[in-house]
Amino acid sequence: MNELAEIISKNEEQIRAEWLREMGNSIQRADLISKTELEEQCQALLSAVAAGVRSSGANDISAPGWNTARDLLQDISASRARQGFAPADVASFVLSLKKPVFSAIRREMASSPDKQFEAVWTTTELLDRLALVTTDTFMATREELISRQQQELLELSTPVVKLWDGILALPIIGTLDSARTQVVMESLLQTVVATNSKYAIIDITGVPTVDTLVAQHLLKTITAARLMGAECIISGVRPQIAQTIVHLGINLEDVVTKAKLSDAFALALQRSGRKVVRDGSAPASPISGLFAKREE
Amino acid sequence: MERIPVLRMGSLLLITIQVDMHDKLALQLQDDVTERISDWGSTGVLIDISSLEIVDSFIGRMLANIAAMSRVLGADTVVVGMQPAVAITLVELGMSLPGVRTALSVEAGMELLFGSVPGTQSGSGDERPQA
Repeated sequence: MNELAEIISKNEEQIRAEWLREMGNSIQRADLISKTELEEQCQALLSAVAAGVRSSGANDISAPGWNTARDLLQDISASRARQGFAPADVASFVLSLKKPVFSAIRREMASSPDKQFEAVWTTTELLDRLALVTTDTFMATREELISRQQQELLELSTPVVKLWDGILALPIIGTLDSARTQVVMESLLQTVVATNSKYAIIDITGVPTVDTLVAQHLLKTITAARLMGAECIISGVRPQIAQTIVHLGINLEDVVTKAKLSDAFALALQRSGRKVVRDGSAPASPISGLFAKREE
Repeated sequence: MERIPVLRMGSLLLITIQVDMHDKLALQLQDDVTERISDWGSTGVLIDISSLEIVDSFIGRMLANIAAMSRVLGADTVVVGMQPAVAITLVELGMSLPGVRTALSVEAGMELLFGSVPGTQSGSGDERPQA
């Protein structure tokens, strides 16, 4: 097996040059990674692979001798996942090493076809395993990225805004599931305490469908707010949703619901003893008389 | 013995729970409240639970019981200052305390008990100047 390590070490220069050329044909992404960086990565990985074969053999890449090569490969794959490479590009980075190593083996073992075949087979298996490591790491990095974005989305998608002294609005956008209800409930209740608000308007214009589960989650939030002494008004009930709610037999009788956020806001103002009046001193437009009737 | 004080403010009773409730304390409070209402003829009970951080189904039921008993004796009950975590816990326990009135602060609770129209007495500076 150490013959393989010998061959790689001895032909390192040549293999690297061929490897780079090989990659150049298929996957060199000048827009994502600089040529010098790629060369450095190739050199580091190739010597790590040679060291791995020499110390722990080519069959078991989980052996301690392969630690350097594995870590290096994981670093490279992770950074590529973040740079925006396609999974195929990352896998071919390792797989394109096959051809240069094969030709080195062919040159060095020209005398014995049996040994040649054996070395080629070992190398193939080895590089396939290394390619799987890159793919695994690539996927793991992507998954991590996705779950982080999900978390950020969750936090961004539930803003609690203050409309007036003592009146909050909570526009919900997207489907309400258990996890989101928890976040929504917590942020609403915290804000109710922080701003000492008596009225909270939950606007469900952005909720695509309301089924029994969503309604249950909404009722939970409303009950919790009521326990604290705040009153909730649901707004943004679309005609289809009103129909669905009635057809499903969801009981929203104890909850005040309004079609529009503005209606709910008007109700909250009224209940808190406030009134919106038109400012008489505003300059009248010459055509305003035409619309006066309609506005009444 | 440890006791939760029940204070008299005119026709109201003021109860501030500032220690962790345990079952014995809750039962004792229940006795005290009902006795005080009948002794003093109180018409309102205000329970401030803003310092209560831990709640279980028993305490939840006790709050509902006190409210129901007070109603039988002719007094309104308002629970004020519930913490968000406590509210979430009670909802998850399936206790929505349907017969209990609630308010955000002691001040708001008083207003509710006096039956005053919000905004007329509070003077909390929320009137906007009308341009």
